[in-house]
Amino acid sequence: MAAGQAYSEEKGGSSSLGEPEYGHDPASGGIFSSDYKRHDDLKEMLDSNKDSLKLEAMKRIVAMIARGKNASDLFPAVVKNVACKNIEVKKLVYVYLVRYAEEQQDLALLSISTFQRGLKDPNQLIRASALRVLSSIRVPIIVPIMMLAIKEAASDMSPYVRKTAAHAIPKLYSLDSDQKDQLIEVIEKLLADKTTLVAGSVVMAFEEVCPERIDLIHKNYRKLCNLLIDVEEWGQVVIINMLTRYARTQFLSPNQNESLLEDSAEKAFYGSDEEDTKDDKAEATSLVKRKPYVMDPDHRLLLRNTKPLLQSRNAAVVMAVAQLYFHLAPKAEVGVIAKALVRLLRSHSEVQYVVLQNVATMSIKRRGMFEPYLKSFYIRSTDPTQIKILKLEVLTNLANETNISTILREFQTYIRSMDKDFVAATIQAIGRCATNIGKVRDTCLNGLVQLLSNRDELVVAESVVVIKKLLQMQPAQHSEIIKHMAKLTDNIQVPMARASILWLIGEYCEHVPKIAPDVLRKMAKSFTNEEDIVKLQVINLAAKLYLTNSKQSKLLTQYVLNLAKYDQNYDIRDRARFIRQLIVPTEKSGALNKYAKKLFLAQKPAPILESSFKDRDHFQLGSLSHLLNAKAVGYQELPDWPDEAPDPSVPEWTKCTSREKRKEKVEKPFYSDSEGESGPTESADSEPESVSEESETSSSEGSSSSGSEEEEEGSGDQSEDKEEEEKRKKKKEKEAPRKASLESAGSPSEEEEEEGVKKGKKKKQQQERKGCGETSSEEASASESSSSESDSGSEAQESPAEVETKRRKAPASTKPSPRATTAGPKEISLLDLDDFTPPPPQPVPSSNIVSSSLVTDLEGLTLTDTSLAPALLSPVFGSVRTYELLHRMTGEGLSVEYCFSRRPFPHDPHMVAVQIQISNNTDAEVKSLRISEPKPLSGMRIQEFPEIESLAPGDTASVVMGIDFCDSTQAANFQLCTHTRHFYVSIQPPVGELMAPVFMSENEFKKEQEHLSRLGEGKLTGMSEITEKLTLPEKCRSDHAIVQQVTSAANVGRVPCGADNEYRFAAKTVTSGSLVLITLEKREGAAAQLTVNSEKMVIGTMLVKDIVQALVQ
Amino acid sequence: MIHSLFLINASGDIFLEKHWKSVVSRSVCDYFFEAQERASEAENVPPVIPTPHHYLLSVYRHKIFFVAVIQTEVPPLFVIEFLHRVVDTFQDYFGVCSEVMIKDNVVVVYEVLEEMLDNGFPLATESNILKELIKPPTILRTVVNTITGSTNVGDQLPTGQLSVVPWRRTGVKYTNNEAYFDVIEEIDAIIDKSGSTITAEIQGVIDACVKLTGMPDLTLSFMNPRLLDDVSFHPCVRFKRWESERILSFIPPDGNFRLLSYHVSAQNLVAIPVYVKHNISFRDGSSLGRFEITVGPKQTMGKTIEGVMVASQMPKGVLNMSLTPSQGTHIFDPVTKLLSWDVGKINPQKLPSLKGTMSLQAGASKPDENPTINLQFKIQQLAISGSSATDECHCRWP
Repeated sequence: MAAGQAYSEEKGGSSSLGEPEYGHDPASGGIFSSDYKRHDDLKEMLDSNKDSLKLEAMKRIVAMIARGKNASDLFPAVVKNVACKNIEVKKLVYVYLVRYAEEQQDLALLSISTFQRGLKDPNQLIRASALRVLSSIRVPIIVPIMMLAIKEAASDMSPYVRKTAAHAIPKLYSLDSDQKDQLIEVIEKLLADKTTLVAGSVVMAFEEVCPERIDLIHKNYRKLCNLLIDVEEWGQVVIINMLTRYARTQFLSPNQNESLLEDSAEKAFYGSDEEDTKDDKAEATSLVKRKPYVMDPDHRLLLRNTKPLLQSRNAAVVMAVAQLYFHLAPKAEVGVIAKALVRLLRSHSEVQYVVLQNVATMSIKRRGMFEPYLKSFYIRSTDPTQIKILKLEVLTNLANETNISTILREFQTYIRSMDKDFVAATIQAIGRCATNIGKVRDTCLNGLVQLLSNRDELVVAESVVVIKKLLQMQPAQHSEIIKHMAKLTDNIQVPMARASILWLIGEYCEHVPKIAPDVLRKMAKSFTNEEDIVKLQVINLAAKLYLTNSKQSKLLTQYVLNLAKYDQNYDIRDRARFIRQLIVPTEKSGALNKYAKKLFLAQKPAPILESSFKDRDHFQLGSLSHLLNAKAVGYQELPDWPDEAPDPSVPEWTKCTSREKRKEKVEKPFYSDSEGESGPTESADSEPESVSEESETSSSEGSSSSGSEEEEEGSGDQSEDKEEEEKRKKKKEKEAPRKASLESAGSPSEEEEEEGVKKGKKKKQQQERKGCGETSSEEASASESSSSESDSGSEAQESPAEVETKRRKAPASTKPSPRATTAGPKEISLLDLDDFTPPPPQPVPSSNIVSSSLVTDLEGLTLTDTSLAPALLSPVFGSVRTYELLHRMTGEGLSVEYCFSRRPFPHDPHMVAVQIQISNNTDAEVKSLRISEPKPLSGMRIQEFPEIESLAPGDTASVVMGIDFCDSTQAANFQLCTHTRHFYVSIQPPVGELMAPVFMSENEFKKEQEHLSRLGEGKLTGMSEITEKLTLPEKCRSDHAIVQQVTSAANVGRVPCGADNEYRFAAKTVTSGSLVLITLEKREGAAAQLTVNSEKMVIGTMLVKDIVQALVQ
Repeated sequence: MIHSLFLINASGDIFLEKHWKSVVSRSVCDYFFEAQERASEAENVPPVIPTPHHYLLSVYRHKIFFVAVIQTEVPPLFVIEFLHRVVDTFQDYFGVCSEVMIKDNVVVVYEVLEEMLDNGFPLATESNILKELIKPPTILRTVVNTITGSTNVGDQLPTGQLSVVPWRRTGVKYTNNEAYFDVIEEIDAIIDKSGSTITAEIQGVIDACVKLTGMPDLTLSFMNPRLLDDVSFHPCVRFKRWESERILSFIPPDGNFRLLSYHVSAQNLVAIPVYVKHNISFRDGSSLGRFEITVGPKQTMGKTIEGVMVASQMPKGVLNMSLTPSQGTHIFDPVTKLLSWDVGKINPQKLPSLKGTMSLQAGASKPDENPTINLQFKIQQLAISGSSATDECHCRWP
């Protein structure tokens, strides 16, 4: 057993879960025990207090991992250090975790909370690295946590964190593919991201998770095209490959009308190489003149924006652009890629190998493209054989009547090479040139015949095989060659060559009537020693001779057939039997016999020598599948061009449906709430809904991706864009809807803007038509659509009649809205309708209510809760409770009181500020009043107040000290000293003082609450929600009273709330910054329910108690 | 994307492995070893090897095979280019990329690999960023590390990943601000036995070593930019500016980097600055052959030709050679039949030559093959394409 283990230890990396752990086997010996000891000493080092020892141990462990040695038994010892303060140790521990967590899932869970903490760190790099490790440890239990973390990170402020989120998506998907739908939502959201950092990673995620969801690309297509040049190189490759597939489904083939014009197009290209393609319009019109096909401007955009990337230093990027041009560009433009590809041939041989494979495929289809670079494919003696053979392939493909003489001269030198495989390939290449170009066939044949006298047998054999193929084309003229070859049978031993010669003689025995029987005679003699393939040809030769020249060869044939009859190979026995029946006339086989000659000596078509790269271009070029000429796992088929222009309405339509679905979601509560109320009319009902929805999206758009700060930026951009938009407006109007949607998708702000513009325009048209002079505010608000308030307000002002007309023109007027609503469910939830009372269905009052509820909501969004904030921010001293620290009696005249000022402690944000009031009730001066010997419990810290030099009798001094209670209600003990006495005192904080208020919007509150309760479900931080029912006393039922009681019991901030029977408060614990969320819901009568959500269970429980007490008393 | 990476040395030992997803057993490399055996020479191992469940993509550099394991469709060049980038990074970190170096710095190597890919997709491949994350070992730091027991992991957070110029690290400071640009041109020509050039290409690069404080913005202009018709740039170069004005405008990375490479194609035929006179003859029946080569300068514009190396693969029939060089040293390996001659500088007054006889296999007929001669040389201060002399380099700090 020990030996077996030692073996597996050597094998290293291949260890599996089932393998016994060494530590558990006391009976081990030999080499193995020393190993055990070594690990033991590593464990000791990891348990030590010294970072340097830990580091040394981790280094050794990582070195073991790198060498493929198994270090999994150290897992418990390593995982303990995950929270280590030393960043170097930490990093190595992460490395270890990622490698082994999969094998030790239970233990790995211990580390999760560290990462969860990291996810909330204010530093974006720490958040990103926490997410990266968390998503890399491949433990299925944490899938929900990962999902949550990804969702959160996807809307992080920092693009770097969002990029990490995009990276995490495929990881989660590979761990649990059931999450696909949710992940697609995240991908959709990230695809809309405007930063270059995210683009590559999210497209990568898209390709791995949902490459079939091409519809997600529509609205991001133009943005991706425009960002492309600034994306990092690896992202560029992925995006370009994806866009190639996308374009194949969306645009028409640019070459459909060109098949007849091939030559002229080819020429046109060389002229147009330098031509500036920037002027889209001019080009488009010139195209129109020549032929009916007009390239879609979006198609052109893609080609134009990828072209500069041919200059990339990264071969993969160049190849990606090359394949894009090959698959998408008009024939006349494909040529630009040739130069770049030829440049890649100067790179490493592996790069050359891949590039040449692709060039070989391309050169079959578009020979003209590479012809100017013929010499770049000349072979160097230093090239590896595989490169040489590929270059030959390309040279052969490029050969035509004009350049064949140079190519053949080049081939002649190759034949003298020392690399015999290469020489054989060259002979094949010559054969192919000869078949393709009739003019040089004779020259080639002569050259090959000369090679028959080469000393190297391989060369000769290869020549024979090739000559055989060539002769089949025009046998009559070449009996001399056949005679010459017949003589070779004496010398050549390569079976394939012998077989070829025999077949030739048999086939053309009429041209060599004298030699043929002689050859058969020789072969009959050596028959038993031949290879199978030769034997078969001997039988064939015999049969053919029997039919043409039976007089001379009858006996020989009989002899050969007899030999074959007893051959070991059943193929040969079968063949012999079959031939005997066919050619030798017997009584039974009358019918076939007559046709034997026709059967055997029928005219056979010459073999077509063609490239093995022919038709490989049905695989996307540059792909692994193309290289292997076989479908690789996960290969996405390159779609064929659509026959007709894809119905421009299709993408639009799909979006419409998705939008409708989403709309339904939003609408549901609306309908259910309004049930039982007076039945609203159709037209009236739908309008307020769409109004609120519009305003919703437009207001949330800006803040959705990167917090509220960007909202301002967004509106700034809009005004800048506006002018330009105005100009383009007219053009757009004419464009197909799909294009319009693409155009608008450039960026959310642009999208909004355009929408506003369009809306404005439509309205204007309507107004003009109706001749009813609307106020100019209408116009202004329409163009100023970023401000949701004014927008919705003015929208709502529309008269019902106008609504009617709008509805009738439904397809046109609803067009802008689907785009707006595709922003994702999250944004919509920013202004959840069911949080405040739904607007009554009557159109006229609705406008007021909608706008007023919007105001409340906007308060939450912009964080300027003017009505509440001042009251909460400034501590109300009057209502603040004071506690006694030192009684006058025990303090011998010195009395000390303290209170929690609820101000942030200036020196350290993690400390609670404690205001201390010292009064000197003695008749003497108290000197050097100070704190000494603080004895804080572990982790607790005390920031002393500056020493009070002296306190006159009757005086009172007020100082502030800071205490970090470590989020616990344990008392802080210290000594208060005067120049004469020491007093032992302690401060015990009420739980409500361990936190500081935070201000958040209603939505953030809900999100956090959901987050916290989910954590609870995951059973990782325990129950994080505490609920308590209570009955509110008489005096404490008013809004004001409740708010006051709660805020006095705990240092919390009020969160605005849409519902008037609910109160929400939020705070963060001072030390660890964990959120504490309080919800108080008034029920029927005096009943109420208090809910506290917090990761800190103890704090939650105590807080509930305190608040209930404060409310009930 | 990239699942795992194995580093394999010349003797077939896997001396380092790194997995970015679930662990792939190293037995997958058996397929690679099979292919290696079939290929006889290292350069002939196919870069892409399909196996039943994986695909192995490999590059061969510095006598090490870097074998990447992938499972699904991915552009092969993507992986190959990345592997080369890995090698370049190692070279950048350790000066040389050799088995010994990698083994000595295994922890740093492992950490660098960890940072370069995330879940198999490239994350940080810019050397400036990597060096911020993981500091390259220097002699001084190694000494300090052994005393203080710290590693090379960067202790502050890498901010470069977040910046708009991801290739440049932030907070660079130098007391002497300097920037060097090396223009290196390689001419690659095939010349037939009569001395006429069949094809010649010029491949040039501009390697830069920039040590400038802060965020400098450089422009570089050429005397004759029109010759550079096929260029590839470091991502830092503003492409638009080049398109419109033919001026290189860029914020450089810190340290050494390749600014651009260009290619001047065979169309404008270049004068090769050296020539070789050769007289190699075998005689049928005789077991002796004559061998004589002379190297001489041609159109060097007064510059000396240095570092001349001549190598020739002799036919199998050659048993041994007895040669006398007029200068330099020569070696003939009777096993590989490779003759190499280190000539050194060419003195135009006294041309170097190598003369002597070859002994052939007795009785064998005269070989068919023509030996090819590989000639390498260097000329300082001469740009063959005549293009790249820069007349102005301008730097400003924003």
